[in-house]
Amino acid sequence: MTVTYEEALQKYEPVFGLETHVELGTRTKMFCGCPTAFGAEPNTQVCPVCLGLPGSLPVVNQRAIEFAIRIGLALNCSIASWCRFARKNYFYPDMPKNFQISQYDEPLCTDGYLDVLTGGETVRVGIERVHLEEDTGKSLHVGGATGRIQGAEYSLVDYNRSGIPLVEIVTKPVPGTGYLAPEVARAYVTELRDVLRTLGVSDVRMEEGSMRCDVNTSIAARGSGAWGTRTETKNVNSLRSVERAVRSEISRQAGVLDAGERVVQETRHFHEDTGVTTSGRSKEEAQDYRYFPEPDLVPVAPADEWVSSIRASLPELPSARRARLISAWSLSELEFESLRNAGALDVVEATVAVGASPADARKWWLGELARKANDDGIEVSALPITPSDVARIAALVKAGTLNDRLAREVIDGVLWGEGTPDEVVEKRGLAVVSDDSALIAAVDEAIAAHPDVAEKVRGGKVAAAGALVGAVMKATRGQADAPRVRELILERLS
Amino acid sequence: MNELTTKTAAELAAAVAGGEVSAAEVTAAHLARIEAVEGQVNAFLHVAADAAARASEIDARRAAGAPLGPLGGVPVAVKDLFATVGMPTTCGSRILEGWHPPYESTITRRLREAGAILIGKTNMDEFAMGSSTENSAYGPSHNPWDLSFVPGGSSGGSAAAVAAYEAPLALGTDTGGSIREPAAVCGIVGTKPTYGGSSRYGVVAFASSLDTPGPLARSVLDAALLHEAMSGHDPMDSTSIDAPVPPVVAAARQADVAGMRIGIVSEFSGEGYQPGVMTRFNEAVELLESLGAKVTEISCRHFKYAMPAYYLIAPSEVSSNLARFDGMRYGLRASASSAEETMSLSRDAGFGDEAKRRIVLGTYALSSGYYDAYYGKAQQVRTLIIRDFDAAFEQVDVLVSPSSPTTAFPIGERADDPIAMYLADLCTIPSNLAGNAAISVPCGLAPENGLPVGLHVMAPVLADDRLYRVGAAVEAAFESRWGHPLLTEAKGLSA
Ligand SMILES: [Zn+2]
Repeated sequence: MTVTYEEALQKYEPVFGLETHVELGTRTKMFCGCPTAFGAEPNTQVCPVCLGLPGSLPVVNQRAIEFAIRIGLALNCSIASWCRFARKNYFYPDMPKNFQISQYDEPLCTDGYLDVLTGGETVRVGIERVHLEEDTGKSLHVGGATGRIQGAEYSLVDYNRSGIPLVEIVTKPVPGTGYLAPEVARAYVTELRDVLRTLGVSDVRMEEGSMRCDVNTSIAARGSGAWGTRTETKNVNSLRSVERAVRSEISRQAGVLDAGERVVQETRHFHEDTGVTTSGRSKEEAQDYRYFPEPDLVPVAPADEWVSSIRASLPELPSARRARLISAWSLSELEFESLRNAGALDVVEATVAVGASPADARKWWLGELARKANDDGIEVSALPITPSDVARIAALVKAGTLNDRLAREVIDGVLWGEGTPDEVVEKRGLAVVSDDSALIAAVDEAIAAHPDVAEKVRGGKVAAAGALVGAVMKATRGQADAPRVRELILERLS
Repeated sequence: MNELTTKTAAELAAAVAGGEVSAAEVTAAHLARIEAVEGQVNAFLHVAADAAARASEIDARRAAGAPLGPLGGVPVAVKDLFATVGMPTTCGSRILEGWHPPYESTITRRLREAGAILIGKTNMDEFAMGSSTENSAYGPSHNPWDLSFVPGGSSGGSAAAVAAYEAPLALGTDTGGSIREPAAVCGIVGTKPTYGGSSRYGVVAFASSLDTPGPLARSVLDAALLHEAMSGHDPMDSTSIDAPVPPVVAAARQADVAGMRIGIVSEFSGEGYQPGVMTRFNEAVELLESLGAKVTEISCRHFKYAMPAYYLIAPSEVSSNLARFDGMRYGLRASASSAEETMSLSRDAGFGDEAKRRIVLGTYALSSGYYDAYYGKAQQVRTLIIRDFDAAFEQVDVLVSPSSPTTAFPIGERADDPIAMYLADLCTIPSNLAGNAAISVPCGLAPENGLPVGLHVMAPVLADDRLYRVGAAVEAAFESRWGHPLLTEAKGLSA
């Protein structure tokens, strides 16, 4: 039975949760000295440890511990004073030891939260835990229709990824977001990505797989106070997909319940192309991972002083920055969101820092520059123009040297690589003409060319002067100082 | 037999360093001995092809006036679970047949740097699980005292090689007694160092929290020399202790127990203990008293739970450690149509019965719903055993017991009775669970069968030197009483 999202929300209340895996940006792997760089030839960044050769032993990368603590602190978590790694045992060819070193009942960071802004509202998402583990290798299944191991002719394994440090960030269940659940889920991942990027602990590229989400969803009848059976949708790998996966799973589960059936606790796969999830492994077939404390590693016991020094070194986090900028720039939360969603926060702030007003900086970056970036399909911050350039252009407009149209031309010039704004003004001869002697000749020409309009103005129809202003602007290729032109026309015709 | 093979490692190192004999001659003598007796002993799975070349390098170094290292020119036999470049590593298992490690274990690297000649890889129970070498996929080793008897295990090949004069020194590993029990039943010296005192990097794991590499030798001083050369902090092993190596060689030279407080573990006697073993053990205790030690009896009441706890912890860890042997990357690979089937058939074909038994046991013990009752409970027992040791070591400097309840047993006798086999490690397991240090030194022959008996000495964590003080004192006193080293009475070999 198909149920639309709107119908589903009339009857049911959704609860969602997210498990996010993030590859840390340490130079070396979690338990060995191999490099972590992305894109190397298969099986060139490996050693006895990350290949799990008999006799090899893991040694913890302290930098990875530090990064995980940074994340924990940024997410308002408690940092364990003592915890252990555990082995998660299961057989798969891309796991060289057939167990993954992870953390189980003693995670490094627990019980925090992340405040998420969406649609002008702040939602507090609880963080259950943040723990460290090692990534697996990567399988390439050749032949067969699905790219899965079933039906493949043969499989190749690349162990370059094996042992890359991962943190898993697990939220508490998030109830009470109702209709907005998919958007809140997306906003959480967006905010988390921004936090991780700000912390400098990961490049958080979802498209390269350095950030991957599993989405848990359940629904229950409105007002029942009960929680439904949850499903876990695996490998949701873009912000948009997070939103779509929650939405589609809510509709699907509503259909199941409406048909009088029960939601099965299972893992599901999200399909980017269709936006729907399909059934994976059910709980009855679920693996018993036989976790036990990793005997090859000693417990992790971060000293209080170390944790304090990490805390002291944390950069300004997105939420603090949001509060600061909203106040300093007198923005509404929606205005702030549009700035953030456009990816323009950094450039606007940098532009303000070199002297532009917040309003001007926002105007140029969200207007003309956002359009250009959009045309080129790149981030606004990737445009070949600096915040200083933009501030200078804004200053030239403010000084009357440029008007908006000329300013856009200057922007074009800078983007075309013609130099700094001043150089472009110089080379293209773009400065506004406000020298009266130059303007008067053009004004007189326009009056002579449009005697009927001039007559109307003389007769008191001041509004008709606009046509003459336009003629002057056309004649001067837009470089005339339009307000001054108007003044001169009115003077000559008075 | 060339007399070079009867010399101690200490004598050989001194002779090579002094130029009285070349490393090449020493190595050739031992290779000849191996050639002569291997047909009877089966101690080696692989004899190093480059041993002579390595020996010549040592001689060249000496000729150039360069220092040789403390074991310069001394052959060392290596249990076949140390990763060695240039020699295969099978762990006594079919599943690793023909595997040539691309890297070197920390300990064998250190020994090479100390000038030792790694002369070959020795037989062992598969993945170190067993007490007789009968679980080797490559046939059992034979006890040089009586070839129809087991040499103990799992480091039985190492013990037999040393007892048969095929090498003056050997490396073993001890997870529940796998150095001390074979040393005892072969009439030689074997030490389990403090856990973390000797690196596990490159030592194929059986039970990670228990595995301890250690030395086997014909004399206490030799064991100390190897112990010292192989030990020390290793940043590649997270469980390696960052502390100075206990002064084991100095202690072996000191050989003095006057005023030392020695406790007899009262739990390690009675039913199941061979009378001749207890006779020799009691003599050793009297000897220690006569040498000025103060002997008392001490009860460690949780030691009786050590074996059941061990047989939950060790299989649990091994079930996970042996998971990597799946035919995917190295070793035996069964041909099958899917990955899962390949893994499953490779493991079925590659592992022997005892390995399978323990994998199944450990998998069960770690299963959801059973973890607390089995693995969790066993870890609690482990804590109680550590407390027993702590309490005992407040009263005494070392504890003593027989090394094994019986002397060597005939090949085949316990092969179908795992529990009887497990009992061989009854006295040695507590030190593995506690991570402290222990040694087995010869203390005579059991009157009923003329086979060697070992005295087991246990010391606190990082007090390994005490083992050598006691061991060397016992050795000196017995040898002066007997008029010769015990091993010279071994008459099992026809060569
Ligand atoms: Zn590596």
